[in-house]
Amino acid sequence: MTFSPQLEARFAKLLESYPAGRQRAAMIPMLLYAQDEIGSVTDELVEEVAQRVGVTPLQVNEVVSYYSMLHREARGKYHVQVCTNISCLLHDADQLLEHTCQKLGIENHGVTPDGQFSIEEVECMGACSWAPAIQVNYDYHHFVTPEKLDRLLDGLRKKQ
Amino acid sequence: MADTVKLTIDGHEVHAPAGMLVIDAAKLAGIEIPAFCYYEGLTLQAACRMCLVEVEKMPKLMTACTLPVAEGLVVRTETPQVAAARKYMLEFLLTNHPLDCPVCDKGGECELQDMAFRYGAGESRYNETKVHTPEKQYSPVVFFDAPRCILCYRCVRICNEGMGVNALGVVERGAVSEIAPNHGDHLECDECGACIDICPVGALTSGIYRYQTRPWEMTHVGTICTHCSDGCKTTLGTRNDRILRGNNRDRSGINGEFLCIKGRYGFDFYDHPDRLQAPLMRVNGKLEEVSWAQALAAVAEKFKQTIGAGTFGIVGSNHTTNEENYYLQKFARSVLGTNNIDHHRTGDVVTLVDALSGKSGALATVADLCERKAFLVLGADLALEHPLLSYQIRANYRHHQAHVYVVTPKAVREDKYAAATMRGRDYESLRDKLKAQPELVILFDDSYQGGELRKLVDFGESLGIPVRYVCLVDYANSRGAIDMGLTPELLPGYQPSGQSGLHLDEMLAAELSVLWVVGANPLENAARKSGFLVVQDLFLTETALQADIVLPAACAYEKNGTVTSGTGEVQRLKRAIETMGAKPDLEIIGFIAREMGAAAALGPWTPDAVFEEIRKNVRGYDVAMPALSTGGAAQTMPVNGRVAVPGPAGLVRSDRNGLFASGTLGRYSKVLNSVLESRLSR
Repeated sequence: MTFSPQLEARFAKLLESYPAGRQRAAMIPMLLYAQDEIGSVTDELVEEVAQRVGVTPLQVNEVVSYYSMLHREARGKYHVQVCTNISCLLHDADQLLEHTCQKLGIENHGVTPDGQFSIEEVECMGACSWAPAIQVNYDYHHFVTPEKLDRLLDGLRKKQ
Repeated sequence: MADTVKLTIDGHEVHAPAGMLVIDAAKLAGIEIPAFCYYEGLTLQAACRMCLVEVEKMPKLMTACTLPVAEGLVVRTETPQVAAARKYMLEFLLTNHPLDCPVCDKGGECELQDMAFRYGAGESRYNETKVHTPEKQYSPVVFFDAPRCILCYRCVRICNEGMGVNALGVVERGAVSEIAPNHGDHLECDECGACIDICPVGALTSGIYRYQTRPWEMTHVGTICTHCSDGCKTTLGTRNDRILRGNNRDRSGINGEFLCIKGRYGFDFYDHPDRLQAPLMRVNGKLEEVSWAQALAAVAEKFKQTIGAGTFGIVGSNHTTNEENYYLQKFARSVLGTNNIDHHRTGDVVTLVDALSGKSGALATVADLCERKAFLVLGADLALEHPLLSYQIRANYRHHQAHVYVVTPKAVREDKYAAATMRGRDYESLRDKLKAQPELVILFDDSYQGGELRKLVDFGESLGIPVRYVCLVDYANSRGAIDMGLTPELLPGYQPSGQSGLHLDEMLAAELSVLWVVGANPLENAARKSGFLVVQDLFLTETALQADIVLPAACAYEKNGTVTSGTGEVQRLKRAIETMGAKPDLEIIGFIAREMGAAAALGPWTPDAVFEEIRKNVRGYDVAMPALSTGGAAQTMPVNGRVAVPGPAGLVRSDRNGLFASGTLGRYSKVLNSVLESRLSR
């Protein structure tokens, strides 16, 4: 499997960061970075990472299926994560999630037909002080209201 | 660190070796701390939380399975807090566990049942819908029922660490996590079934045993596996003269609880539809069923006519017992008056015994493989051909970091942890590395024989360190066949026979008056040359098909006696079942002798009487009876002088059976064939 030169460089650095014989520790960051580049964790990627860190593909699969931030299916270009954990819930995050679904016309865990957006209800993202919070890819958005969310999504849609 | 530490468990003072875990220290004091995931010999998991105990000055309950003993530690295992913790843990385990115990294979011998009985609550507070997923078949052998699984990881660890296969893992998370196979929806592994036997509940079940019986309806008989030469003890669960399962959960025998697919499930040839259950005699060119009396009379008549007037050839077996082999060669030599007796040799034991003459303690035992410091593996793919030996060395590396040197023609499983690996045969280049070891065990297969083997022993002896040897042979009693003198040139105990008779290949090529084949298939790819052919076997093999008289023999699980493993350890076979119509070979040989009026000269044909004779007469077999009769093993050491007659070249040929092959016998095992077929169909 071939990756971009930047990603290869990152992998090389990662594998050097751990003591000899502990290269399996690089598994999770490698999977995360590769997932960002190719969109999801494919079977091919699982095999590749297993081979590079010296474990079996099943062992990589154990990790991938455990962590919700690693995903086997492709997601939208903008992955909207709505926290419905307690602090956000107290600020009507459940309604915010419902609004997001309506706005994009898809269900939780769904992807828009054009592949631009996907929604996921997530657990606490550590932004309780600014509840309700959402995360779009790696960016946080605080004190989100339905109006703010509409503006944000419309803006992203225009950016395409 | 002090060698032993003193601690207190439930008010008892316990002296335990430093480094021991509290759960094991408690066992020393006769206190049981319950656990699911803790398993002696495997890595620690601390997943099940059943072994929580109170430790003075520790703020929380501790897992006894991960806590090493320490001087002055005060542990309490039966406080109200501990009892409550156990009860709650069981309540959690039971939330999604189905209550299908009445139809579960494990019901009656289930660890979860036992724990719930002893430590659990009588009623459940859980009234949500249980998570349920349908059961899955991972291979012809392995079935998985996810809801029953308590996620103790025992199966994952025995497969990764014990077998070195890494075929099982746990995917997903929380209540939906489950055991997954290594290839998507199916397993590609040794199919040994270790994961199934080690499962504390009925989550992993076997295609062979599932839904066959309730465990308490079986009788359990500990005997020795009849396939390869490793000598594993398998405890057969039987009911109404049927074998339902094999395992060795009581860890008796030299194999502990290890078994491969052959020992655990490969017993199933015994009721193959092709099994012979009546003697056959050639009438008008066709084999027809006759009575035992007719068949035995005909054989005796033919034998009597031929003595003095014609020539005999006798081919013995690698599967029959020491008693049968001894009695057969005695029959051949004293009644038939011939040294034309041989068997299919699979390892050059004769040359090894000769090369080691005058040395004691030069043959390694199965236990040595788990204890010695260094190993040299020559030729064989141990994991496939001798799975127990491979398992022992792997365990040795895991626990004691043994140095393993591999010199084989192709890649083998041992490569992964070997100190040095080499393709080919150039073991001599390892001289310096081996010399630096405190001791060494050399295991070699049939590619080292004759002069090559003498060179190897010279090399071993020149290292200046204690060296022990294992001559790898193929079958359950390959070693015993040589020890018992099933060779034309040697009598039992490697004594010269005086005038050597014909070897196996010579006998098959010669036009003998009578060829008598006991439990072997020498004419698999050849036509018979002899005037008269008598065959004793379980099945109508290629050889039996050409016979004039076929006598149906009992298999190893249907008779008593002893066999000698490849490492020279004698163990007892114990009859588990009887198959109608078949007789043990010893009885058949005895009956022929009686018909001929030669019984008095040969002595009684009961296994115990013949073994007594073997103990008296065969060098090395004067073993201690208490160990043997209680189901243990005793190593024979036939070496104490030169073997006067060198083994002829070219007769030693290993079949190199892999995990799913076992010579002619393997063809009749449904489970071995089903695994092969399932792989072909993929």
